[in-house]
Amino acid sequence: MRALVLAEHDNRSLKPATAAAVAAALQLGGSVDVLVLGCNAAPAAAAAARLAGVARVRVCDDAVFAEVLAEPAADLIVGLADQYDALLAPATATGKNVMPRVAALLDVQQVSEIVAVVAPDTFVRPVYAGNALATVQSSDAKKVITVRAPAFAPVAEDGAAAVEAVAAPADPGASRFLERRVTESVRPELTAARVVVAGGRGIGSDGAFALVSQLADVLGGAVGASRAAVDAGFIPNDAQVGQTGKIIAPDLYIAVGISGAIQHLAGMKDSKVIVAINKDSEAPIFQVADYGLVADVFEAVPALIERLSA
Amino acid sequence: MKLLVAIKRVVDYNVKIRIRPDGSGVDTANLKMSMNPFDEIAVEEAVRWKEQGKAAEVVAVSVGPQGAQDTLRTALAMGADRAILVQTDAEVEPLAVAKILKAIAAQEAPDAVLLGKQAIDDDSNQTGQMLAALLGWPQGTFISEAAPDGAGRVTLVREVDGGLETLSLALPCVLTTDLRLNEPRYASLPNIMKAKKKPLDVTTPEALGVSVAPRLALLKIEAPPARKAGVIVASVAELVDKLKNEAKVL
Ligand SMILES: Cc1cc2nc3c(=O)[nH]c(=O)nc-3n(C[C@H](O)[C@H](O)[C@H](O)COP(=O)(O)OP(=O)(O)OC[C@H]3O[C@@H](n4cnc5c(N)ncnc54)[C@H](O)[C@@H]3O)c2cc1C
Ligand SMILES: Nc1ncnc2c1ncn2[C@@H]1O[C@H](COP(=O)(O)O)[C@@H](O)[C@H]1O
Repeated sequence: MRALVLAEHDNRSLKPATAAAVAAALQLGGSVDVLVLGCNAAPAAAAAARLAGVARVRVCDDAVFAEVLAEPAADLIVGLADQYDALLAPATATGKNVMPRVAALLDVQQVSEIVAVVAPDTFVRPVYAGNALATVQSSDAKKVITVRAPAFAPVAEDGAAAVEAVAAPADPGASRFLERRVTESVRPELTAARVVVAGGRGIGSDGAFALVSQLADVLGGAVGASRAAVDAGFIPNDAQVGQTGKIIAPDLYIAVGISGAIQHLAGMKDSKVIVAINKDSEAPIFQVADYGLVADVFEAVPALIERLSA
Repeated sequence: MKLLVAIKRVVDYNVKIRIRPDGSGVDTANLKMSMNPFDEIAVEEAVRWKEQGKAAEVVAVSVGPQGAQDTLRTALAMGADRAILVQTDAEVEPLAVAKILKAIAAQEAPDAVLLGKQAIDDDSNQTGQMLAALLGWPQGTFISEAAPDGAGRVTLVREVDGGLETLSLALPCVLTTDLRLNEPRYASLPNIMKAKKKPLDVTTPEALGVSVAPRLALLKIEAPPARKAGVIVASVAELVDKLKNEAKVL
């Protein structure tokens, strides 16, 4: 069994989801290589080489991958696929964009967002917004898999794998990258943070959302949001937590003015400790909260900030 | 330009599903079924392009049981011109759906195929990317804005992990919708009546030459571990105390 893991990175460093996907790949029981597609990506490749258990890092460092577009990325991975029995990626926006394209080109039914490896061909994955866990066995000779990162403890960073170059594919050219609008934040990244404070529609306004950020800052945490808060424009899209947003499992999740729709719970109910602050004692979020506080946001959050900064 | 929209009939997003006690699957009998929410957004987008004069025809396709005709009628009531049901009682996996859609695309020759980014039952998030691969077309996934430029390309904005990304794709292409692309309309009563008269063709995977034999065997389906009941605290002071001394997360 040989597995290849597509790295998630920003050229300068690896995203933690990569180490989780490597952990999942190692559970398949064979050797694991990591693939870095990027441009000026030597630092990211070096970081991948330090992931424990990795045999080899293969790097395609080329202008074609200044942005990782699905078409050339899939073509390159398909070109390497002969050498592997399993192709994996973390279930990030990139992984979800590229891997099904790879799977279809190889005539493989992908297994999306696994949370456990039962056997090299058998995996557990959530369905119905996490309201059910399906155990599925793949009959395809090759496996194509995306990995839900919070479900796997990342491997350590004490390895020393060899790094080797891979030739760049031709750019099919049908997709052109025009622009990226990055959400700048000084806070920890949502998917990697130990503490997340998330706000919902109950916050009421853009301005008031600052309360959520302040609470996050006092705790050194990241800021998350419900879909309603994003739709209302309180915060950019990449803060959305849920079935169709980010799936996270921090040590502490504080939901402020969030009702707890199943689509939201799908993204955070595996958090270690959940706190809910909501003025409606009937809000479904209280059914998953370890600690619930029935209170108005505008009283409870400032009081909490004051007490925690004291 | 001609648009193909893929829609799936799924358990309504507001309904809590029941897992069969023997773990063999999810019991969907007698549950409220609806169009997959992302697919409503895809239909809405296609119909808007038509209303804006950017598209000439919108064809809705669904792969599923006879009941999926209702879902297709909804798409017709929203403004699609025609519908195709690829009828089967089998659970069709994304790869097979993509192959079926490829066969339909070969017949219809659309300039773009619109799909939802994910079906809220299997949560696979695969079909659009797979279809693009099989057709050899570029893909624009998880889009929150899209505009055809009238000169053979579409400019689109994608929701990605770090923010937003703008791409320009050559037609024909495959697009998958994210939630913020638009707000789908409700079909009006007159349009629901009109939809009954719009053409709805029925075919089968076999007639299209596609095998729907599953590649993934469902061994078991079970409820996720339940969280143990929590407590309601009386004050901010008590909350902080519990987080520090009981949960030890501060
Ligand atoms: C296909 C699909 C996918 C979806 N994906 C996601 C997803 O990924 N993530 C997601 O979050 N949602 C998702 N949703 C939306 C989801 O169904 C809910 O609509 C959404 O989560 C609600 O957000 P909310 O809790 O902020 O708002 P609401 O449900 O409106 O809740 C607001 C809460 O704030 C409380 N409140 C109001 N004022 C105050 C106050 N002053 N003090 C304290 N509490 C107050 C209220 O009691 C209420 O409980 C999805 C929906 C669909 C159909
Ligand atoms: N049975 C189906 N019939 C028509 N379209 C489908 C079907 N299954 C999936 N799709 C389309 O593919 C999208 C993604 O589905 P999935 O890959 O299953 O998450 C959906 O939003 C639909 O647009």
